[in-house]
Amino acid sequence: MASTIRVRATSSGETTEVQALIQHPMDSGFVKDASGNLIPPHFIQQLTFEYGGKPVFVADWGPAVSKDPYVKFSFKGGKKGDDLKISWVDNKGATDTSTAKIQ
Amino acid sequence: MTYSLSGGVDETRRLILKGAALVALVGISGIRFGLTPALAAANDKYPEDAFKVKGPDDAIKALYGKTAEKSDKVKMDAPEIAENGAVVPIGVTTTLSDVTSISILVAENPNALAASYVIPAGTVPSVANRLKMAKTSNVIAIVEAGGKLYSASKEVKVTVGGCGG
Repeated sequence: MASTIRVRATSSGETTEVQALIQHPMDSGFVKDASGNLIPPHFIQQLTFEYGGKPVFVADWGPAVSKDPYVKFSFKGGKKGDDLKISWVDNKGATDTSTAKIQ
Repeated sequence: MTYSLSGGVDETRRLILKGAALVALVGISGIRFGLTPALAAANDKYPEDAFKVKGPDDAIKALYGKTAEKSDKVKMDAPEIAENGAVVPIGVTTTLSDVTSISILVAENPNALAASYVIPAGTVPSVANRLKMAKTSNVIAIVEAGGKLYSASKEVKVTVGGCGG
């Protein structure tokens, strides 16, 4: 399966800006389907960005985060060509991991 | 779900399917248990309870165990009017130092806490994301800096609710 994670990490010398887009339904558990049954909650709970073996950003998400979530942040340091590791785990225990090269 | 007595074959088939689903579930939870300790070691635990609390004040207490004071050093970037409540772009930045976390709450959502971000030392205290809003509501940004909580809030009008999103 293709990765659910799309990340762009750009270094400006001093800081690295990271933008991530993840494919996930992020069902809140409050929405009904066409036949009136509640769609059970299914959302990413934790999204972690690691650089040099250390977490640089951790997102704890509830079901109120939009479908196919997007997040942007920056951290100091980060060299061009280095790896940024991204992983998420959802409330059903599913998980995905990806590595992006800092540009 | 309705079960018919005459559908013997169907019944068996359902049972088999159920069994398969159960195995799948057990398999998934196995992965989950295997993964949790690694995550917990690397970062803070997922604040499951705080995400289940109703009002924003209680959610802040459940998450941080204290209350926040308003600060003009917390800046929120949110639209005046969101045409689509399913996707509301919201950004939070602050000029405060020693920031350890940033959280965003939507007061009128079924559960107020929407997202909470851990900001380790060296990470810029600024985050942008997209949230769902059930209806017009105050959006509250909380910044934890130097062990204290600072907040900013802004009303975002929603023309189409995000419950359907």
